[in-house]
Amino acid sequence: MKAINMVGIVKCFGPVRANDGIDFQVEKQEIHCLLGENGTGKSTLMNILFGLYHQDSGDIYINEKKAEIANPNDAYALGIGMVHQHFMLVNQFTVLENIVMGNEAGSFFTDEKANRQKVEELVERFGFRIDLDEKVGNLSVGMMQRVEILKTLYRGADIIILDEPTAVLTPQEVEELFRILLQLKESGKTIVFITHKLNETMAVSDHVTVIRKGKVVFQTATKDTTPEELATQMVGRQVEAVVSRPAKSYGEVVLELKQVRLQDKAEKMVDLTVRAGEILGIAGVDGNGQRELEELIVGMSPCREGSILFLGKDMNQVSIRQRKEMGLGYIPSDRHKHAMVPNFSIQENFLLGYQEDERYCKHGLVNYKALEEDAGKQIEHFEIKVSGIDQAIGQLSGGNQQKVIFGREVIHDPKLVIAAQPVRGLDIGAIEYVHKTLLELKEQGKAILLISAELSEVMNLSDRIAVLYEGEVSAQFVNGTYSKEEIGLFMAGKKEEA
Amino acid sequence: MDMINSFIGLTFQLSVPIVLGALCGTIAERGGIILLGVEGMMLLGAFAGVAGSWFTGSAFLGALCSIAVGIFIGWLYGLFCLKWKAQQSVVGVGINLFASGVTAVMLKAIWEAEGMSESVAAIPNLTIPGLCRLPLVGGLFKAQSPYLYLTFLIVAAVWVFFYKTKYGVRYRAIGDQPFAVQSCGINVNRYRYIAMMVSGALAGLAGSYLSISQNNLFVVDMTAGRGFMGLAANIFGGWNPIGSLGAGLVFAVAQAARFYLNDSAVQIPSQIIQMLPYVVTLVILLIVGKKAKGPEALGKLVD
Repeated sequence: MKAINMVGIVKCFGPVRANDGIDFQVEKQEIHCLLGENGTGKSTLMNILFGLYHQDSGDIYINEKKAEIANPNDAYALGIGMVHQHFMLVNQFTVLENIVMGNEAGSFFTDEKANRQKVEELVERFGFRIDLDEKVGNLSVGMMQRVEILKTLYRGADIIILDEPTAVLTPQEVEELFRILLQLKESGKTIVFITHKLNETMAVSDHVTVIRKGKVVFQTATKDTTPEELATQMVGRQVEAVVSRPAKSYGEVVLELKQVRLQDKAEKMVDLTVRAGEILGIAGVDGNGQRELEELIVGMSPCREGSILFLGKDMNQVSIRQRKEMGLGYIPSDRHKHAMVPNFSIQENFLLGYQEDERYCKHGLVNYKALEEDAGKQIEHFEIKVSGIDQAIGQLSGGNQQKVIFGREVIHDPKLVIAAQPVRGLDIGAIEYVHKTLLELKEQGKAILLISAELSEVMNLSDRIAVLYEGEVSAQFVNGTYSKEEIGLFMAGKKEEA
Repeated sequence: MDMINSFIGLTFQLSVPIVLGALCGTIAERGGIILLGVEGMMLLGAFAGVAGSWFTGSAFLGALCSIAVGIFIGWLYGLFCLKWKAQQSVVGVGINLFASGVTAVMLKAIWEAEGMSESVAAIPNLTIPGLCRLPLVGGLFKAQSPYLYLTFLIVAAVWVFFYKTKYGVRYRAIGDQPFAVQSCGINVNRYRYIAMMVSGALAGLAGSYLSISQNNLFVVDMTAGRGFMGLAANIFGGWNPIGSLGAGLVFAVAQAARFYLNDSAVQIPSQIIQMLPYVVTLVILLIVGKKAKGPEALGKLVD
C-alpha cells in the first residue's frame, strides 16, 4: 500500500517552477530518501504535503485516499508530521512541556500528571532515552531533534517527514538518529528523509527519489544503486572526485605555530607549519580546537601562550588588518557572521576586510569603480550566478556566496589561505568547485590551511594532515600514511606512536 | 509602633499603580510585545475615570470607563504592532506623547481648565474593623482603597494563569519562541491581542486609582512616571507577576520614605527627597540590568 502518492504536483513562486509536475510515491513502512541539491524543490514538495504551501495543481493521496491539506492541522489529522531543519522548540521550557504544547491534557488548568503519563508511554514504546524534565535549551542538538520527533509521534503521526535532519548533527548523533528511524520503521511508521548527502541515503533508506530542478529524474530501490550513480543523477553530469597530487617540492615556511595553546584544558601545546605550495589539512570532530585555531591565526583572539609566525614574523602584536595586508586570505567557518554583510551588495562585500586598500578607498572615499571592476572580474572567473553586481549577497545560494568570498580573498593574491569548513552547507556542484579552487591556489604556490570536519575532504586535498583532539594534535603525518579507519581512531583520541 | 504601621499602610497604598503597571509590562512582554506605552495608557485611564465620574456622577462607572479606554488603547496598540507591524517601541512612545497631549486638550474642552479638572465623585476608602487594629499590618486595613485588595487578587490570578493553566503555558512559550508555538497549530496573534487588551485594562485601572481613588480630580501628567517605574519593576521582578508585586513594593518604599524624610529632624533639601524614587529606579535597573533576562522573542512577529 502506498502511504503517500503525490501526482503531478506543480508549484510556482513567481516565474520559478519550484515543483514542475512531480510524481512521488512512498510505500507504507519504509524509509524513503528525497535526494537533491539545495534549491531543487525537495523542501517545497514536503511543505506542500505538510500543508505549509498549497500546490498550484496536482493531487495528493494519503493511504490511497484523496486528501486536501490546507494547513498543518489537516496534515496532522491525516497522520503526517514534520521535523523542520530549524527546530521549532521553546528553549526555556522542559522537554515535556514542549512535546505536549498545543495538545495538552486538561480543559483549562494544566494536568501535568496526565501529560507526563501519555508522553512516558510514548517514550517507552519507541525506546527513546530522554529526560522529560530537562530544559530544552540545555540539550544537545541531537537530543533536541529527538524532542521534535517525539512531538510528531505525540500528535499521532504515522508518516514523519524529516527535512535535512543530519545537517547539524555529529557523526555519533547521526548514528543514533538512524537507529531511531529504523526502530520507527519497525513499529510501522513511514519516513520521508530529505537530504543531499549520498552516504546517508545509502545507509538508511529503502527507496530513493532524486529531484533536479523541480522534476523527478530518478527513482530506485537503494540496494539497486551506487553513490556514484546517485551523484550523477543529482548533479546532472558526471562528478569528478577532486583529488590532490602531491607537489614535487615545497617552498619556504609561510605559517608556523610554536608551542601554541589552543584550549585551556589541553595539556600539550600545538606545533604546526604550512609551506608555500602545500595544503595542511586539519582533521577532527568539530569542537576540538578548530575554532580556536582559526581565530588565533587570523587574530580574532589573542595568542596568550606560544607564538605564531607568519612569513617569519611574530604575530603577537600584529593586528588583523596588518595580517591581511601581509597576505592572509580568510574563508571563515561561520560564513554568515564573519565573511559577509547579507543585506549589502556583492560589490560592497568586496570591500569587507580590504577597506583600507588604497585602490578601494582613498581620502575616506570609496572607489566604487574599482570595486565593481574586481567584483565583476571574479564573478566571471568563478562563474557565479547572480542577477547583477548590485544583488544583495544574502540572496545568493550558499555555494554562490562562498564563491564570492573566495573571489574576494583570492584577488588580493594572498600568501596564506585559511579555509575553515569551506564546503559546509554547500551542494555537490559547489563543493567540487571549491575543492578545485583550493587545488588551483596550491598550484600557484600559496600556503593553505584547510580546517574541515569532513574527513574525506581533508584526505582528498591535503599534502599533510594534523588531527585535533581536545585542543591537542593527536597525530601529524604525510597524507597516505594512514587509512581512513586509523585516522578515525586519532580523531577519537588515540595518540600517534612516535 | 504607630509610625511603622502607617508607613506600611502608605507603602502599599503607593505600590498599587506601580504593581499594576508592572503587571501590564509582564503580561505584554511575556508574549513578546515590547510595551513602552504603559505611562500613556495609565494617563488616559486616569482621565477617562474622572470624565466618566463627572458625566455619570458615579465613581464606579468612572472606573469602568478607565478600563474600557484601556482595553481600546490596548487593542489599538495590538493593531499597530501586530497587524501593521509598526516598530513596537515607537508605538509605545507615540502613545505616551499622544496621551499627554490629548488629556490636556480634553481638560480644556470639558472643564475649560488648564492644569487640573474640577472635583468629581471618588471611590471611597475602606476601613476593616478589627483588622485595622492589628500590630504592624493594621495599616493595610485602615482607610485603604479597595484597589489594593483588587491588585492582590489580580497578581494571584495572573500567576495562576501563567503557571497553572495550559493557555498560560502556551502564552509564555509565545514570548520565547512564537514560531514554535505557531507550528503547533496555535493562533499566536489571537493570544497577543487578548494580552494587549488585558494589559490596557490594567493600565486603565491603575490610572483610575490615581485620579478617582487617591484623588478626586485629574491633574495634567498626574502619572508622573509611575508607568515607567512599573516597567522597571517588571524587569526587576524578572517578568514574573509575583516578582512584579515585590519589585513594586520596593519602589513604593522609596516613595513612602519621601514623606517621612520630609518631616524628619535632619534637613535634607526637598528636591533631593523628591528624586529618591527615581534614583532608586535607576540604581536598581543598573544592578539588575545585566542579569535581567527577558522573553527571548521580544519584538518578534509572526505572520
